[in-house]
Amino acid sequence: MRLYDIDVQSRLLLGTAQYPSPQVLTKAIAASGCDIITVSLRREAARGATAGNGFWSLLQASGARLLPNTAGCHSAREAITTAQMAREVFGTNWIKLEVIGHADTLQPDPFALVEAAQILCADGFQVFPYTTEDLIVAERLLDAGCKVLMPWGAPIGSGQGLRHAEALASMRRYFPQVPLIIDAGLGAPSQAARAMEMGFDAVLLNTAVAKAGDPVAMARAFGQAVEAGRIAYEAGLMPPRNMAVPSTPVLGMADLNLGGRA
Amino acid sequence: MRIELNGSQCEISAATLAEALVELGYGAAALATALNGAFIAATARPTTPLHDGDRVEVLTPMQGG
Repeated sequence: MRLYDIDVQSRLLLGTAQYPSPQVLTKAIAASGCDIITVSLRREAARGATAGNGFWSLLQASGARLLPNTAGCHSAREAITTAQMAREVFGTNWIKLEVIGHADTLQPDPFALVEAAQILCADGFQVFPYTTEDLIVAERLLDAGCKVLMPWGAPIGSGQGLRHAEALASMRRYFPQVPLIIDAGLGAPSQAARAMEMGFDAVLLNTAVAKAGDPVAMARAFGQAVEAGRIAYEAGLMPPRNMAVPSTPVLGMADLNLGGRA
Repeated sequence: MRIELNGSQCEISAATLAEALVELGYGAAALATALNGAFIAATARPTTPLHDGDRVEVLTPMQGG
């Protein structure tokens, strides 16, 4: 899979928030087999600014490529400033662009998203926009210079899976050449596998692993589900049928009716 | 002078953003700065003067999804 100018092996992108401990996070990253992890920026208290730097050391030790986000931003202006700050701290042009439009659903604000994407792409950022399955918004984001799109599966942290699967399938068919990453809303490995079977290039998730009973085991489960789903997509799934079709050949079957021919 | 640091009122004597970070004890931490909502690059901090009432944001790496 190629994301901007980078070849990526794993099709699972993992968030780093909400884990029980930094040790569990480190193990989960390794168990998932992911190459890319998402990170953020937050206020740091003066005097003894060490919390963020402990995390920074963990990130560097993980060896994963970093995808900083603009989580929590509700305007294009906030998101742009956050992206600029993230570029300096994390040393990457990659930015997962989130501009939240609704506090309850955490739904992207498509207007502010496109506006921020235009400005950031022009400023040399490689933007990964967190968007909906809306095709027109997707077109505008591509026009702005985005080379990857990240439609939501369901609201962030909801674990509902692919809530609008048909619309997502349309999006996949409409943009066959654009890397599409399902971002947010996945709660179970089976949902990730389904997204991959539908031909999505990758999935990004966080809560489903971080909040699992055993996050490390769940990270491994998602890693395998994503791989299985991708192999299935490449293998070519059979089309569904309305009626049963025998899988065992009927030709050459014995006549075992009692009392002669039926 | 009185500035707002990460949402809290704060009294400093530093004249520039770079000096303020030292005065406030941020040391060598990996961090990014913004002044009144606009990004200030690390290289620009020594030449960025602070004024009474300025809003300074100091952010560091944090877990994210």
